[in-house]
Formats: sequence, structure tokens, C-alpha cells
Amino acid sequence: MSNEIEAIKDPGLPAHIHRKADHDPAAANRAERQVAILFGISALGTLLLIVSYIFVPQDLFFFIPVMGNQNAHQLGLGLGMAISLFFIGMGAIHWAKTLMPDTEVVAQRHEFRSPDADRKEFVDAVKSGATASGLGRRSLIKKSLGAALGLSALSPLLLLRDLGPSPKQDFQKTSWKSGTYLVTDPGNRRIKAADLEVGAVAQVLPEIADPEHRKLSDIGKDAVLLIRLRPQEFNLTPTKMAMTHDGIIAFSKICSHMGCAVALYEQQTKHLLCPCHQSTFDVTRGAKVIFGPAARPLPQLNISVDGEGYLVAREPFSEPVGPSFWERNSQ
Amino acid sequence: MLLILALLAIGTTFSIASATTTAQTTTADRTAQIEEGRQIFLKGCASCHGLNLEGGGIAPSLIGVGAASVDFQVGTGRMPLADMSAQAMRKAPLYDATETAALAAYVASTAPGPKVPSDSVLNYERDGSTAAGGELFRNNCAMCHNFAGQGGALSQGKYAPTLMGVDPKYIYEAMITGPQSMPVFSDKTITPAEKLSIIKWIKTAEKEPNLGGASLGRVGPVTEGLLGWILGLGLLIGVAVWLAMKAR
Amino acid sequence: MTIESGLGTVANYVDERTGAAAWMKKNLQKVFPDHWSFLLGEVALYSFVILLLSGTFLTFWFDPSQREVIYDGGYAPLSGLKMSAAYASTLHISFEVRGGLLMRQVHHWAALIFMSAIVAHLLRVFFTGAFRKPREGNWIIGVGLLTLGIVEGFLGYSLPDDLLSGTGIRIAEAIIQALPVVGSYLSYFAFGGAFPGESFIPRIYTVHVLLLPGAFLALITVHLMLVWYQKHTQYPGPGRTEKNVVGYPLMPTYMAKAGGFFFIVFGVIAFLSAVASINPIWLYGPYTPGQISAGSQPDWYMGWLDGLVRMAPPLETHALGHTISWNILIPGLIIPGILFTGMALYPFIESWITGDKREHHLLDRPRNAPNRTALGAMSLTFMLVALINGGNDIIATHFSLSINQIMWFTRFGVLILPPIAFVVTKRLCLSLQRADRDLVLHGRETGRLLRLPHGEFVEVHEPISPEKAYLLTAHEQAPALELPAVDGHGVKRAGALRNKLRSRMSVANAEAIPKVSATELKEIEHH
Repeated sequence: MSNEIEAIKDPGLPAHIHRKADHDPAAANRAERQVAILFGISALGTLLLIVSYIFVPQDLFFFIPVMGNQNAHQLGLGLGMAISLFFIGMGAIHWAKTLMPDTEVVAQRHEFRSPDADRKEFVDAVKSGATASGLGRRSLIKKSLGAALGLSALSPLLLLRDLGPSPKQDFQKTSWKSGTYLVTDPGNRRIKAADLEVGAVAQVLPEIADPEHRKLSDIGKDAVLLIRLRPQEFNLTPTKMAMTHDGIIAFSKICSHMGCAVALYEQQTKHLLCPCHQSTFDVTRGAKVIFGPAARPLPQLNISVDGEGYLVAREPFSEPVGPSFWERNSQ
Repeated sequence: MLLILALLAIGTTFSIASATTTAQTTTADRTAQIEEGRQIFLKGCASCHGLNLEGGGIAPSLIGVGAASVDFQVGTGRMPLADMSAQAMRKAPLYDATETAALAAYVASTAPGPKVPSDSVLNYERDGSTAAGGELFRNNCAMCHNFAGQGGALSQGKYAPTLMGVDPKYIYEAMITGPQSMPVFSDKTITPAEKLSIIKWIKTAEKEPNLGGASLGRVGPVTEGLLGWILGLGLLIGVAVWLAMKAR
Repeated sequence: MTIESGLGTVANYVDERTGAAAWMKKNLQKVFPDHWSFLLGEVALYSFVILLLSGTFLTFWFDPSQREVIYDGGYAPLSGLKMSAAYASTLHISFEVRGGLLMRQVHHWAALIFMSAIVAHLLRVFFTGAFRKPREGNWIIGVGLLTLGIVEGFLGYSLPDDLLSGTGIRIAEAIIQALPVVGSYLSYFAFGGAFPGESFIPRIYTVHVLLLPGAFLALITVHLMLVWYQKHTQYPGPGRTEKNVVGYPLMPTYMAKAGGFFFIVFGVIAFLSAVASINPIWLYGPYTPGQISAGSQPDWYMGWLDGLVRMAPPLETHALGHTISWNILIPGLIIPGILFTGMALYPFIESWITGDKREHHLLDRPRNAPNRTALGAMSLTFMLVALINGGNDIIATHFSLSINQIMWFTRFGVLILPPIAFVVTKRLCLSLQRADRDLVLHGRETGRLLRLPHGEFVEVHEPISPEKAYLLTAHEQAPALELPAVDGHGVKRAGALRNKLRSRMSVANAEAIPKVSATELKEIEHH
């Protein structure tokens, strides 16, 4: 519709408006002075940076409203750097705006499409080059070249094989075995069942021979959370109930969703909350997921006590701990 | 000889007498305090917690919670509850120190429970270790209260409050009594010395000035990103607009 | 010797060896259009340079090793604790190296500004249609830069191996592990064994310091060369056509302004680094998988990913002894993949809908492309809702809300709010077009009232200038594509369904308030 009816005409570039500095030498000098002042402030900033670096002690703090106690050395360095850089920019831009030519210039765009003659020459060059190489005709060369290049591309992939071992059965195993004592994290002290009051939690790891050199990779699978409820508060299957001891229940602390430490226990609701993605687990029902993206409950550790009342694991975890993976066979 | 004996007798009697005055109160004073506590309880707490502290649908039983629980809850103003929302909020306490002590004595008299820690127990400057406290804090507390003790979200609108500006006594009592959503941290799993280390670390973090500038709340990348967009990009767009404007 | 003759000697020296004068003479006079929104890409470019400079500084002290050390530096609350050398060296930079903490903060603030500027620049390019022919390739490069930027930033803040960023690596590992068939193997190859292992930080150091910066340099160079060669787009207006560029020459005006702006960007980043603390890793503590902090989030440019993962329903399939975690794969890989692929291919999608295969050098005012603007608003709404959910625990504590309620709000919101945003934005654009039309036809309302001789009150309207009238009507309003489902003989065309979809979208796309023509203007004048 609108392309049939006449469109409003382009009145062309508006008339150039001159700046004060263009025709008034006093204004131009004033602009020059302003630029010089801006550059001068930058120099002061650099001075602040240098003085702070060399002379201001690193442990001096002073109070600034809103920001609180600030470190004089850091603030001097930072503000010095900021001022020194910012005002070079301000000076340069002010110089360009007030004194450099600001008459709009019109340049023509050129068509990108090459002239037909050039295109034809290009096509001819490629064609004749391809024919000269003989690749099209000589299919034996083509096939063997393809095979050689393809095979050689495999070797970098192969060279990366030793980036890491095969997981084999690692995902299925933790350090927990039958008879492993539960120890505090940190502290590595054995825990008696009687040490825990109702409503108490404890961060727990398996006892190992050299607790000073426990590997983070092991902690990432072994970490366990101990919670004590009253036995009657549980709503568990008999099998799961048998894995508790006198109201004390143990879960893997590694979230079944994406592996964060699930240790946020709400004593009144008996819920465990993972702070990463807010998966919520109900302890009374065996860490069943009641909210959030986790799809599986936390694996429960079968615990009991030894002759002196210290808590021990009865057997390893019956399923892999932590996030899911392809080979995970869940019931 | 007689003089020495007399001096000994006077000295011993005096120390016994003064000892009893520092060791809480005499039995008679104690009974009076418990009775005062009972009266306050009946007026201000029994409507929810029951005439015999047995609790009910809306409030838990207080039998066995100990003096420490009462001192914490009443001392921080959480109890009496402001409203029946998800969380008991810290607010200006309703009862003064004497009344709180009376309430605590009354509740403690009904069944044994955690005691209010005395000042000698709370000497975290002497008995605690800041670095060990930090490790313990990150292992046991940061998941609810955040890495710098600024507090964090629990489910359904509940929250773990900030630990900044909290009396060390209340921090200790919270650990041993497990108020509301907070679990109990037994003295065998976190020893009293370890508890003091935690308090020492919290107090160090509280006093620690922010080295790199204003703290932005010590809650991590959310406030950092907000500031980057608003102040950082905002300032830069502002300069860009000025840059492209025609000079006069 | 004057400056001119001095320069002459140097230029002569170079020219005798390279023939530079020929191409320099043209390029020194190259014209660049001047608009503040064209500086957003520059902010990103300059932030990148600042990242290179500050990053190089940090590499002189940073130790990218996960071997265990006992801390014996100046920060007392961590004294005697076990940590990785990476964490300990970052503490050293923060507390002992003078200017170290400042440069760490410059580096991290520059990264945040870099990503913000890329997003702002992307939005400007999108809403003004600057991605159309001949700039489709540059758009794809831009989407690539955005993606690489997100990865580079994540790897960068994970290098110090602190509790917060280590948690982020744990999440990344869980995504790798969740990949069907190859997940557990890829995870073990990436980490050199079980998580966290001892190989990951050194490996991502190589990626962060060498491989990705190299990729950035190459892509940014091509990106800039294309802008240089194709010339920058310009907003429509008097004197501006599809065949010209109106602006200022490179030397001296543009050089001074653009060069000065580099110092502005650096100065603002330095200012932020002076007054605002960022990434105080000494407060987070060293990473161990047994610890976690409440309120753990990635940096903002990954916040939307975290938000999507949080709101995902707990979907997993267990079949034939295998597990597929849809609750991780869908929000973590599939949806982002669809979004970014769609974003990259958008220039081609739009040209398919409009059937427009011509070159465009004049930008669209967003209101004049209501469908595109509404689509952009819709995508932005989706990202923002996801981003809000990524910070739901911080929002809950600061505004006394429940994380569960925020989660439900965003679960539904992410599906309901974007279409609402689309409809509202499109209607807004059409209203603005109507307002433009009124302005051209009736002029500007001055607010002055005039009483006519016969008693009527009218508001005096001032006609707008011919320049403004041209600006408001310079845009094109192409009709919808004509794609008949049957041809002249009544036979159904091949690809009829595709054409039906295409013509429906084309009709929706062409919806507009007709712009004022010169004829209508003349008629009004005689009114």
C-alpha cells in the first residue's frame, strides 16, 4: 500500500551547527584549558597510585560512611588507578567533542558483489585448478587421501586416552566397609551413640589408617550425615528401620542430584535441604525427595554400635552415592 | 596459738559464707526465683506451652529443654512469639535479665537440661582457635548460616538468621539447645573448646573489615552481578551518551 | 624538524617496506557513525583487553596446582589449614602482593562488565536488526563469543579453588557424569579420576589462559574485520541511505573518542575494583566436597542456567540397568542448546519468514519491527525469570519470602510470562507506531490552548520538522509473503505445510500501522 503512494522525501543532512569553539577563539582556548585540567586530574590520580603503593602501610584502616572500614592502601591504589585512567579518557573525548572537526562526513558504500567478470574468472580458476590437480578424475587418489586424512585425525583422540583412568567400578565403591567406625569431621574422633542427643546432627567420615592425609576424592564419596530422632518418629520399611540404631540414622551427605553437600537439617520438620538447588529430603521417610529437582533419596548407611557403644557401619552402601550416571542401576 | 586458731576459724567461716553468695543463691532465694519464674510463665507462656510445660499443638513441650534454652529464646526476644509465622524472629526482649533468669530457673527445675554457660566457660579469646573455628564453622554452620555468617534460606519461608552482632553466650546456647529449626550440636561431637573456636571465628569475621572495598553484603555473586550491571554498565552507558552528544 | 616532517620520515620508512600508504590513506579517512548504542561492543572489546592485561599480571603469582599445602601466610583465620597451592597462591596475591588484590578485582569486575556489555550489545544488534544480510556471519561469531565468554568466566573464577567455585565445578562434573553412555568416562578423563582429583585446576588453567584467549583473539579479529570491511550500520534519518555512511572520520575524531573511551572503560572498572569488594575467597575457605555454604550461586551470566536446573521437575528414567537424568540434561544442556542454536540461526529464520534477501545497512527502530521486538522481549523474559530463580535463596532471605513459593512462581512463570511479554511488547510497538503517525500528521502538541473566534478551544499543534517527519517514515513496511497453497491449476504445491506456516508467520510479522505518505501529508495541510 505504502509503496504505491509517494513516501515523504528525504530532506538531506541537516545544516551543520557550529560549536562555540569553532568561531570563538576564547571559547576554543577555554576548551583547551578544560582538556588540560582533565589530563591534570589524571596525573594527580597516578600520583595517588604511586604514593599509596610505596608509602601507605597495608594494615591501615579508616572509616567511610556507607562503606564501613576501608583499607587505605587498597583504596589509594584503586582510586589512584581509576582517576588516572578515567580522566585521560575524559580529556581525550572532551578534546574530540569541542575542538576536533565535527562536520558529518558522507562516504559511499560499495556493493559487495564482485563484478560478473571477476566472478567468472574466479570460477574458471577454481575449475581449471581442480581439473589440473586431477582429483576429480583420479578416484584412487581421492579415496586414499580420504582414508589417510581420516585415520590421522584419530591419533590426537587416541593420544588423549591417558587423561584419566577408566572409572571401572569406582562409582559403586566408597571407603565404608563392614565394621568401619564413624569419626567426627573434623577431629577424627570415634562417636558413641550415647553422645548424640535427640535432635542432634553430626558430620561424619569413615575411620581410616592415616586421617591426616585423607584425600578430597574420598571425602567426596565418604561424607555422611548422622541425625538422631526418636525411634517412633520414623516412617520406614522394616529393612530401612533395621539400618538405624536407636533413632540414629545415617545418610550419604553427597546429594543424589548434583553432588553438593546436603547438610542443612531442619530439626523441627525433620527435612534435609540441599542449598544448591533446594532439593528437600524427608529424614523420617528415609531421605525421600519431597521438593526440588533431585530424583532419588539419599543412600542410607547401615549402622550399629560395637561392644563399647561406638557407632560402626554394618556394611558398605547398598547403592552408589552421589549424582546419577548412565551405568547406575537403581531399584 | 589461740590467735592463729581464731584467725583460721574466722577466715574459713568468711570464705564459706562468701562462697555461698557467689555460688548462685541460697536455697531459699532459689525457691523464690523459681516461684517468680512460675508466675511469669503462667501469665506469659502457659497459653501456648501448657500449664505444666507439656506443650500442645502450637508449641513444643519445655520439659527438659533446660535453662539454656529459655535464656536463649527469651533473652534474644524470640519468645514470646511475635506472630505465628514460619520463623521466631529475634527482636527486643520482653522480659528483663532478672525475669529471664527466673523463667530459666523455673523451667530447669521441672527436668534437667542444658545449663546457661557461665562467663568462665565462654572465654573464647583464651580458649578458642580462630583457624580451627573457621574449619568447624564451614563444616557445621555455613550450610545454613552462609560462609560469613550472614544467614541463609531454609524451606517454606524459614531462615537461619545472621550471626553478626550476637552475644557469644547466645551463640553457645543455640549450639547446645538447637532452637527451632537448628539441630543440636552435642558436646561430644563438637567439644566445648571447639564451640569456643567457632565463636572466636564468628567474632573475628564480624570485626574483620572488607579488604577490597564495600562488602556488598557478603552473600556472593548475586549482589556483585547486580552492582556490575547497575553501576558498572550504567556509568559506562552514561559516558557513552555524553560522548556521542554534540558539543555546544 | 616539525611533527609533519617527522611523521613523514617514519611513514616513508614503513611504506618503502610494506606499501602501507596505499591502504592507510583510505582507512584513515574511514567514516564511523556516531551513536552511544554503538559503543556497547567497544565496552566489550576494551574489557577484553583489560582482562588480558590484568590476567597476565595474575599469572606471574598464581600457582595452578592442586597439591596440598599448609597455609603460613598473613591471613590469620586460615593459618595452619590444609589447602591447595592454587588457593594459597590466590591468598598470597590478595594479602601480600601490593596491587594484587586490586588486580584480582580488576580482572573479575572486567569479566562481569565484559559479559554485561556483550549481552547489551547483542540486544542492541538484535532489536535494531543489524544481523541481517550481509552481517549474518558476524552475528554467529557474536553468539560464539557469548558462549565462549560464559565458559571462560566460569573457568576463571574456578581457578582459585575456593568453596564457592569448587561447588560450581562439582555441578559441572555432575552434568558431564549425567551424559548417557560416555558420561562417567568423560568425567574421569576430565578430572584425571574421581572428583575433585588433582588434575582439573591445572587443565582448566591451560584452557583459560591459552586456548580460549586464543580463540577469542581470532574470533574478535574476524568480528572487527567484518565490521571494518562491511562498514558499520547506521540509524535511519535525514541524509542517511542504504548506500552511504554518515559520521566522523577515523582520524582524528573517531580515534580520539574511541581511544578515550578505552581509558573510560578501564577507569570505571578500576573504580569498581577500588570501592566494591568482589570474590573475597578468604571468606569462602578452601574447597572440600564435604562443605557447602547457604546461598551458593554461579556468577550472573550462568545464573539463568542454575535457575533452570533448580526449577526442573525430578525426572529420571531407570531402565535396563541404566539411568538417564532428564532433570539435569534438559535444563543443563538441551534447553540452553536449543536457545543458543535458535539465537545463532535467527538471521536465517527471519529472512525465511520475511522473504527478504536484500542487504540492509539502515537499522530498524525497534517499534517498526514489532514481531522481532516482541520475540526479543519474550526471550529476555524467559532468561530473567530463570535468572531470578537462580538467586531464589538470596531473594528469600532479603525479602522474607519462601524459596518454595519463588520456585513455583518461576516454574509457571517461565512458561506463562514470556508469551504475555510477547503480546504486550507487540501491542506497545504498534501503539508507538500509531503515536508516530499522529506526530507526522498532526504535529507536536505544544500544550498551548487557542480560542477560536466562534468559541471553540483547540490545542495548538506545531508541525514537526521535515527531518523528523522523514525519520518517522523512513522505514519500510513490506507486505506479507504471498505463498499460495495451490498453484494456477489447482494442484497442491510441494511443501504446502511449510509454506502455510511461513505465510502465517509472515502475516503476523507484517502487522503494522501504515506509515504516513507524502500524499496524506498534503491532504492534511489543506485541511
